Amino acid sequence: MAIADETTLRIVLYEGDGAASLDAVDRVATVTALLEQGYAVTCAGAGAVAPADDSALLVLGRFENGQAPEAVDANGAVTVAFRDITGLNAEAVTALVEAERESTQSAKHGEWKPWFPVIDFDRCTNCMQCLSFCLFDVYGTDDDQQIQVQNNDNCKTNCPACSRVCPEAAIMFPKYKSGPINGDVVSDGDLNREKMKIDISALLGGDVYQMLRDRSQRARSRFSKERSSDKALGERTKCLTKLAAEADIDIPLEVLQSLPSADEIAKKAEVAKAKAKAALDSQSS
Amino acid sequence: MADQPRILFCHCNYARVVPDEVKQGVLDGLCQSGQAFEAVADLCEMSARRDPSLKRLAAGEEPVKIAACYPRAVKWLFGSCQAGLSADRTEVVNMRELSADDATTAVLNDAVEPNLPADGSVAATEGEKKI
Repeated sequence: MAIADETTLRIVLYEGDGAASLDAVDRVATVTALLEQGYAVTCAGAGAVAPADDSALLVLGRFENGQAPEAVDANGAVTVAFRDITGLNAEAVTALVEAERESTQSAKHGEWKPWFPVIDFDRCTNCMQCLSFCLFDVYGTDDDQQIQVQNNDNCKTNCPACSRVCPEAAIMFPKYKSGPINGDVVSDGDLNREKMKIDISALLGGDVYQMLRDRSQRARSRFSKERSSDKALGERTKCLTKLAAEADIDIPLEVLQSLPSADEIAKKAEVAKAKAKAALDSQSS
Repeated sequence: MADQPRILFCHCNYARVVPDEVKQGVLDGLCQSGQAFEAVADLCEMSARRDPSLKRLAAGEEPVKIAACYPRAVKWLFGSCQAGLSADRTEVVNMRELSADDATTAVLNDAVEPNLPADGSVAATEGEKKI
């Protein structure tokens, strides 16, 4: 089953009529263990919880006589299962839940670190600088030529570079260390760094490619004599690292090292710019 | 009880940006409180997956308290999945900035102080589900 079609298994920790309460220590241990395995848990108690949807439902409880009730959704829309957890520790509960997840073909979480851009559409002006800038096809446009994040799994973990070229500080990476990229309030000072951002854009969007081409050309003649690919790679890494450090743009070395060749970068940049231009032209026509 | 807020807790599983002692402190407080609550492993991961559960979590008439990170980020993690949070009924408790005690008190306090930026707008369209 494609991940896009997978539903999320909703776990309910039930402690109401017909079931014994967990003591607070067991409740904390059980919920923590389930969360660490990537599950979502509803703890029933005083007050409201979110309404039901079509997700599969697994109800865990210390049921009377160790007997989990049996029930089905009268409308047949939702898969519901009850499991007794009397006497089970947190580890055993997560094992039980994992078996249930597999049987319902629900989504498995935690296989990818969720690092991707989140656009603040209150700030975004649809200028397409992010689309022009990103070499990894993370951005695209919808049918109305509105910028959107289309391929978030293409994003390079821990790389916030596109957020730094955004003139409106509209691109967030919620797991980034500092603001406003992490979603903190955008200050006037952040916006006053626009000039720096444009310089960086020029650096990574244009000059860097020329510099790489120049260096590559020089290196090619030198390395053709030495025939050392390690030296060539080292030279390229050194060049990129120096550029990134000078610009203070906090791009991880792994990302720099994984960049395509200078020629490929130039081609990708052209394609991205053409996409952005087409989107902007479409908006203005 | 209609105005008692629903509580949503994000465990921010896949990064260390929320201090462990804060998120564990808030989770301990919730588990000891007897209050109903929803806990999710990681709102970012759900948003990246365009998880339909976000719409369920955003739905409902009750005010909502969300223990997570910055309100602007939380708003658009939901908004990018077209799961709009109500601007006048949602308070985000920022576990990146508050102590465990302060965050727990804020989450368990029935008074809701809405703090989402701007209105409850959402993205025009969802991005494609690729994860």
